[in-house]
Formats: sequence, structure tokens, C-alpha cells
Amino acid sequence: MKLSERDGLPVVWGETASPSPVALTLRPWAALWEFLYKTWVIAELEARKLRHDPTELFTRAVQPALWLLIFGQVFARVRAIPTGDLSYLDFMAPGILAQSVLFIAIFYGISVIWERDLGVLHKIMASPAPRAALVSGKALSAGIRGLTQAIIIYALAALLGVDLNWQPQALLGVTVAVILGAANFSLFSLIIACLVKTRERFMGIGQVLTMPLFFASNAIYPIAIMPAWLQVVARVNPLTYIVDALRALMLSGGAPAFSLGVDFAVMSVTTLVLVIIAARLYPRVIV
Amino acid sequence: MILQTQNLTRRYGNLVAVDHLNLNLHEGEVFGLLGPNGAGKSTSLKMLTTLLPPSEGSAVVAGFDIRHQAAQVRRVIGYVPQLISADGALSGYENLLIAAKLYNIPRAERERRITEALEFMGLHEVAHRLVREYSGGMIRRLEIAQAILHRPRVLFLDEPTVGLDPVARHLVWDYIRQIRQNLGTTILLTTHLMDEADLLCDRVGIMHLGRLVACDTPQALKVTIGKPDATLDEVFIHFTGNQLQNATGGYRETVRTRRVARRLG
Repeated sequence: MKLSERDGLPVVWGETASPSPVALTLRPWAALWEFLYKTWVIAELEARKLRHDPTELFTRAVQPALWLLIFGQVFARVRAIPTGDLSYLDFMAPGILAQSVLFIAIFYGISVIWERDLGVLHKIMASPAPRAALVSGKALSAGIRGLTQAIIIYALAALLGVDLNWQPQALLGVTVAVILGAANFSLFSLIIACLVKTRERFMGIGQVLTMPLFFASNAIYPIAIMPAWLQVVARVNPLTYIVDALRALMLSGGAPAFSLGVDFAVMSVTTLVLVIIAARLYPRVIV
Repeated sequence: MILQTQNLTRRYGNLVAVDHLNLNLHEGEVFGLLGPNGAGKSTSLKMLTTLLPPSEGSAVVAGFDIRHQAAQVRRVIGYVPQLISADGALSGYENLLIAAKLYNIPRAERERRITEALEFMGLHEVAHRLVREYSGGMIRRLEIAQAILHRPRVLFLDEPTVGLDPVARHLVWDYIRQIRQNLGTTILLTTHLMDEADLLCDRVGIMHLGRLVACDTPQALKVTIGKPDATLDEVFIHFTGNQLQNATGGYRETVRTRRVARRLG
């Protein structure tokens, strides 16, 4: 079998062999399209890997299940935490969804260290995909992982009698919040990976970050009962806004403490900023 | 000249990995960068493939400057790193599909190119098996197939036969020759195997401690040292002062080479 140039006419080559530098400074729309398409391709790559081996998704679901079944059930009896009109289990279910999104995303950065050590990253970095698309593709695929967790937690919550809101727009809102939340933490994680560069250091930092992020948020208790200094921390913690949005959208009787506009604005802006930072740092992981 | 470097230099702290490298490649040639581990071959390739910014100097690949037109350079090159770059968690077909999409090969063209590449590399029967079940030789062939899917003008192969058994190695050499013949691709490969350079390359450059110490056709180099029937080993030792055994790269380099060898073998 011979490799051909399709009847002597170089197809892709013709486009790439002698492009003038000017023609390649993409028009804004073309650049945006290129960014979105490559983001999608990277997410597709990750999704295909998950399809071949989905074990991780199930093992990851064990921890949130334990939180709901054990911690949730016990604290629902104690009635120690003021949760307004909501039952404690209702109050906590969105928090646990946010937690599992956090946990699945915050260690995602290690994949880039793995890929660097394997060589896969070198190949992808030498391809024409924009750096920003490489990192947002990763973020989107963390979002896909987050959604699989959402399905499992919805099922568990429904079994436990949590008063879920099944309206399509609410489900859509939850989907967007989960994707943005996972994107947030996976990008944060990628940035750390690009800075520390080794698996050992990364795991250490990952462990150190997870618990403070989780406990300094409104995931399992309202901000109002925190000491003043912790309230300040909770307000700059992106997890708080994810939980707030999820609590408003996921439950029939849920209402946001801030407002959905604020929640989604915070999530979108942090995602955007983190994409920009991560794209700048990404090439560093190779060096 | 399809590739030109001008005083291309890369430093890591005090270490000068590549020291004022000046290279000129003719269109359509197979050029071998020769040298022991740690001579600066991989670092040179990383700079030329825009993965690593040079500390000093510059290079032009297929008409584009690696510093200021990195995105354009990436469109016209193919790169097979020394480490294993095929994704073990995907099938061979999927690896090629993702590569085709990353390089914007039009949808109508995609399937045909992938089928062609799989058949060319003798991988069509295992196309839908996971790459982690492939043998070392199959992985290398898949990686090369990936790197030429978009018909690059310059193909960079970093130690393409490291860790392969002699049969697989000869097969890879055959493919490299055919790629050049069928597609006219300029190929820059690195190796520390003298017979590989002798058999495959039109010209070789000998690198030692980051510097290019000699550059010519294998035959001419042999004549230069006054022994026309010398082996390239002898040529190498002549130019590097018999340090072949000493300069075998640092700890990190050794770990990497062994890891690749283990995974391929």
C-alpha cells in the first residue's frame, strides 16, 4: 500500500505547505471556531478513554454515597444544623454533589503529569491545536466526569427521599453548574500540575487543598453559622457558589443564598481566568 | 533549505544542552543527528518542534520562524517523540482519528487517510484493539502513521528505533525510506545507533556535549578521517575523542530511556 497525495494533488498539504503568515492570522470567528472544535476533540479523546475503562467513575462514587448514607442520615437525626425549610438531607445533597465534582476534578491535573511522563503530551503539544483549547478540552472532560457523578448522586438522593426538582430547565441548570464547577477545579488542578511538575508533589498539594475547600464552603452547613473569619474564606471559595447554584436548582424547595446570576457569573469568570492562566503555563510542564 | 538553525542554544541553569547549533537541511533528505544520550539531540528536536523555547538563536522550519510563528510551524511538521506518544487507553484507529481531527484533516478525507495509514503500516487487523496490547514495533509504526497523517513537510523522529528488536527496527527503517520516497517528506531523526545512521541517512550531523562537531554524508565523513572503509563508530570516536562510553546522559535521561525500552520491549 502506497501513501498517496490523492492523484498527485496534495490535499491538506496544499493548505499548509505555503500559507502566507498573514492568511494564518485567523479571523476572530475562525479562531473561535478552531478553539471550540479543538476543545471538543480533546474532550472526545478523554471521553473515549472513559468508555474503554469506566471503572474510575464507579469507585469515585463510593465516597459521596458514604457521605449521604452515613453522615447525612446521622446529622438528619441530630438536627444540629439550622437548614431553614429544608430537611438536612435535602440541604446536604447538593453539597455532596458539589463535593464529588470537586474531588473528581481536583486531582485531574495529575493526568497532565502522566501524559508528560508517557510522551502523549509532547505529541499533542506539537500539534496545531491552540493551547487554550488543550486546557479547556481537559476542563470539559472533567465536566463529563462530573456529570456521571451527578447521575449517581441523583439516583441515591431520589432513593433517600430527597425532594428533587425534575423540571427540565432546573436539570439543564444543574448540568451547566456541574460542568462549570468541574472545569473550575480541574483547571486549578492543571495549573498546580504545571507548576509543581512531579506526581509526588502534586498529590501532596492536592490532599492539602481538598479538605479546606470542602469545609470552608456551604456544602454541609450554611455560611451563617460559621465564625466571621471563615465566612470570609467561604465567600471567596468558588465551591460556595457552585453549591449555592446547585441547592437552588436541584431541590424543589431550594433557593439561592446569593442569586443564580451571581453564582453563574462567579463560576464563568473564574473558569475564563483559569483557562487563560492554564494555557499560559501548560507548555511549561514539558520543560 | 527547508530547515535552518542559527546559533540555536538551550541552557538549563549552567548546563548548556545545545550550544550554538547551526544546521541546514535540504528538502527531501533524511538527516541523522548522531550522538550519545545527553548530547543535546532531543533538546534540539524539542526546540525545532516548538515545545521548548530556545535560550538563544533561532530556526526556520519550512519557511516559518520557530519563535514567532510557532503555530504555523506546528501545522507543517510531524513529530514522534522518544517517549511513547500513542495513547495506550485508546485503539489504534482512535489514536489516528484524534490526530486527524487535531490536524484539521477534512471529514471527507479522514477515513481514507486513516485506512491508508493503517494498511501502509500493517496495522489494519489490530486497528480496533487497545494500543496497550500492541507490541513495541506496532506502537512505533502507529506513532509514525499518526505523525504523517497530515502530510507534514518535515518529520521529526526522536530515536525512532530505541528499544526495538532487530526485526522491528528494520521494518521501521523500511517505512522511513518509503515515506521519503512516496511523500517527499524531509526527515530529521536522532539516533545513537551508527548502523541506523549509515543505512538510512543521506547526511549525518555528529553532536557532542551540545555542539555539532561534524556534518556531512556518512561516506564523506569516513574520507575526512582518512579511512574510507571505516565504520561510523570510528568516525564518531574520531570526532568526539573516544568519549562514547563516558557521556551517557544523566540520571533522568537514563531512567527515561530504560522506561521506554521496557515498555516497548
